[in-house]
Amino acid sequence: MSRLSPQNEAVAHEIISRYPWKKSALIPLLHLAQEQDGYVSDEAMVHLGELVDVSPAEVLGTCSFYEMFKREPVGRYLVNICTNISCQLLGGEELLHHAEHALGIKAGNTTGDGLFTIEDVECIAACTEAPCLTVNYRYFYKVEDGDFDAIVEDLRNGRQPTRKAAESGPEGQIPPHGTLALQRQHIPADRVAGNADPDRASAPVWLEQA
Amino acid sequence: MSETIDTPPKTTVSVQINGHAIEAEPGELVIEAAARAGVHIPRFCYHPRLSPVGMCRMCLVDIDAGGRGPALQPSCMVPVSEAMVVDTESDRVRKAQDGVLEFLLINHPLDCPVCDKGGECPLQDNTIAFGPAESRFVEEKRHYEKPIPISDLVLLDRERCILCDRCTRFAKEVAGDPLIHFQGRGSRTEVNTFPDAPFSSYFSGNTVQICPVGALTSSSYRFKARPWDLTEVESTCTGCSVGCSVTLQSSRNRVLRSLGVDNDAVNWGWLCDRGRFGVESVNSEERLSEPLIQGRGARWADALRHATELIADAVRASGPAAVGVIGGARLTNESAYAWAKLAKHVIGTDNVDAQLGDGLPASFVLGLPRATIAEAGAAKGTIVLLGTDPKETLGVLYLRLRHAVVEGGATLIEIGHGASGLSKLAQHRFWASPGGSLVDAARQAVSVLPSGQPITVVLGRGTVTEDPAVLAEAAMILAAAGARFLPALSRGNVMGALDMGLAPGLLPGRVALESGRPYFAQAWGAVPAATGYDSAAMLQAAADGKLSVLVLLGANPLDDFPDRDLVQRALAKASVIAVDTFANPSSAGAAVVLPAAAHGEVDGTTTNIEGRILALHQVVTPPGTARADWIIASELALRLGTDLGFESAEQIWDEIEAVASSHAGLDRAALALNSEGSVAAGVGGGGRPAVLALPEVPPAVQLPLDEASLRLVVRRKMYDGGTGTAHSQSLAALPASNALRLHPLDFQGLSVGEGELVTVVANQGSIELPAFADADVVRGTASVLGNVSGATVNHLLVASSPITDVRLEVRR
Ligand code: SF4
Ligand code: SF4
Ligand code: FES
Ligand code: FES
Repeated sequence: MSRLSPQNEAVAHEIISRYPWKKSALIPLLHLAQEQDGYVSDEAMVHLGELVDVSPAEVLGTCSFYEMFKREPVGRYLVNICTNISCQLLGGEELLHHAEHALGIKAGNTTGDGLFTIEDVECIAACTEAPCLTVNYRYFYKVEDGDFDAIVEDLRNGRQPTRKAAESGPEGQIPPHGTLALQRQHIPADRVAGNADPDRASAPVWLEQA
Repeated sequence: MSETIDTPPKTTVSVQINGHAIEAEPGELVIEAAARAGVHIPRFCYHPRLSPVGMCRMCLVDIDAGGRGPALQPSCMVPVSEAMVVDTESDRVRKAQDGVLEFLLINHPLDCPVCDKGGECPLQDNTIAFGPAESRFVEEKRHYEKPIPISDLVLLDRERCILCDRCTRFAKEVAGDPLIHFQGRGSRTEVNTFPDAPFSSYFSGNTVQICPVGALTSSSYRFKARPWDLTEVESTCTGCSVGCSVTLQSSRNRVLRSLGVDNDAVNWGWLCDRGRFGVESVNSEERLSEPLIQGRGARWADALRHATELIADAVRASGPAAVGVIGGARLTNESAYAWAKLAKHVIGTDNVDAQLGDGLPASFVLGLPRATIAEAGAAKGTIVLLGTDPKETLGVLYLRLRHAVVEGGATLIEIGHGASGLSKLAQHRFWASPGGSLVDAARQAVSVLPSGQPITVVLGRGTVTEDPAVLAEAAMILAAAGARFLPALSRGNVMGALDMGLAPGLLPGRVALESGRPYFAQAWGAVPAATGYDSAAMLQAAADGKLSVLVLLGANPLDDFPDRDLVQRALAKASVIAVDTFANPSSAGAAVVLPAAAHGEVDGTTTNIEGRILALHQVVTPPGTARADWIIASELALRLGTDLGFESAEQIWDEIEAVASSHAGLDRAALALNSEGSVAAGVGGGGRPAVLALPEVPPAVQLPLDEASLRLVVRRKMYDGGTGTAHSQSLAALPASNALRLHPLDFQGLSVGEGELVTVVANQGSIELPAFADADVVRGTASVLGNVSGATVNHLLVASSPITDVRLEVRR
């Protein structure tokens, strides 16, 4: 949709300054772009290329390697439902079908109001809590159809789900898609670890600085 | 007594390959060491001019480096080590090769019957030699839309791609244009551009050549031929004066392809797109195929007689100086020599100039100490760009210089009138301010020259509005600091033409007319009595009615000479004899037009910026009755009463070798021995006159700029209105349209929007151009393109004025 806003561009410069090579900042910057727009737009990739001195094609190369970077708009809430083996045995596929019916879309699509996208995903490493899903990568364990309906109902009405996501921080918040953390990390210049040119270092920089 | 015998320390690495002991270079890759020992290891991704990446695994071999015993390792990634044992034929290797190929073919469409690569495809060849007979894969293959254009010249078929990373590595490492990149992951990985950002690299055609499958094809060669139907010869590109080695391929008397050949001294296998696709112009329907008298088709005998009469009449009426010859950079060395002999000996005029007022004085350029491309490209050396932009004019030289800086740690210093294609890599940039001069910039540059390193200056007239005297003075400052030079005079064989004496005051062999006179009086007979005119002076003399016959030897001064008005007046007065491959505006009113054979239609040699002699070979016959330029010269000479005695290009070469001081010793046998071409560097002596020495250069005059004006800078672009571009199907649409570029602050002062029309007014004339802000332009200058068709900048220029100042007017 757009290039980084002036505020986000300032954040971008701070992120870039943490790395010995500008290009190394590309992945955090892609997250920043995704946080701004909910997905990584072409314009944002062009902008990131300018910021770290690589071509747009190279930015796209990195971005497209990672499925979690979306290059098309997705819903405000991205619901990933696991259908890999443990979840499948305990009803993951049924849960997916229920979700598709409940939202009226097939996996891979977004509801007309732009709120929900469902994805059919492989193991998300919570097999002991099968069947499970994530909403914007916040986990919900042992999800039954009713749980799904309740989560959707709450989010649709602008409320955080009554049932809290597991390990999603003190507030249990589910921020819009693209937001990695509710708190932005700031690292004071004097506490930056290892911002030295690796080519010039004789030992790993964090050892040298210790 | 001690038993030890002193042996020099061992400098090689002993390895065993398939049971044979060989000595490899330290750091050499196994795949290379094996190749030198005559063992070919199959490969796809490995390319000797790209950094190895180990993408394809086709080169797996058994390597036992001691310790853990033999194991499969990619031979393109492993350097040799002492006592290493390599087996490229073990059962395990065969199984690996078989497996790799079966995997590569899983998604490969096997549409060989409709694939351009069929018959010259490493994937086909390796599959037949090393692969499985059958695939176990029965599932649906991956599908993509095919093919998709990734630029104006290159098409991509992603189904055929084996993800070897050659094209993408080339784009990033060699061309510095990382506009294509792998996208996606796993089996959905594809090569592609960013949306709406095409692979518009000047070097894109190389990816087509190095792609080991038919994934990348050129839009012009697509479906044209099968490799086994092609006739081919080794030759040299004459698109510019770098002299890249090529294979020219033809079918049914049409030149279909030019492929780069790896000449270690020159092009490393690369070509620029102007050179690669410019050869298509040879096939153009618009080629001149019969002589014309006053624009009407004529027989050769009549046209030659008419031309001879014009020349003879002019000489009879006002002496030989009434005849002038402009052009010659299109010619082979042999043809240039024949024309020099015709003009200077048979006709007796020294009014001969292969340059069109947009180059540098010949005797100055030929007197400079010359560098080689290898010296310029040396690691840790120093490269100075003086007034020129190799990326736009000498494509592959740009690649070599870029490599020297990026990979070899060479220091790049730029002296000029604004940004060049190498500015981003320059450690020091000295841009002359509009009132200031390149001479000051050169002085500053000398103060930062690293000491103890070879210094190579690439010297050219980047803008025709630069006074050659200023460039000469700046060059001398660098010469005094020990620099050697690569002259960036870019037209085809301009260096050969100058070497052969197609310049005023010169004789063949880089010899001054005066010092060479006694020798050539013996070798040839008569030579001109006095130094003649250069192109500018010839055109002036023609306009003044003092020069009545103008021979345009592959020249189009109306578009190329930096003073259109003068050319118009000259052409209106003089009788024109044009010798060319195409009609052009300057030959429109010619009394006689003689059709010439083009590149690929003649044998001979050409000379590059180093003075390197490179072979040219014929692969097609000329259209209609077009003839080699040297034959035309011989015919005219004969009718003027002198038999030059030339019967073949070889025979002319023999004479060149026999008389030219700079070319002594380079006989045909010597040339044939060196496939890289031999640099002509003779200095005279042994009875031959001395070659030109480093000239004396008087200080140039600095011309102040008045405050209301901007100084005009005329830049060149890779794709221009020249013959090779305009008549090549692939390239014809590529030249940019002209525009006026201003420093952002100057642009602001105009108060117009981007792209709005502005009138550029000079003393002589005015043109209207869309204006743009551009931070790469020096403040106080107005930058325009010189060699694109459309609004022709030479309307504004006056040959007698070394600089051009302009005012800008906005219609409100
Ligand atoms: S397009 Fe050709 S050169 Fe490029 S990665 Fe694919 S196979 Fe290799
Ligand atoms: S650099 Fe010059 S000689 Fe080489 S391919 Fe390009 S035009 Fe031809
Ligand atoms: S199978 Fe669903 S989380 Fe592992
Ligand atoms: S040639 Fe060695 S891995 Fe491709």
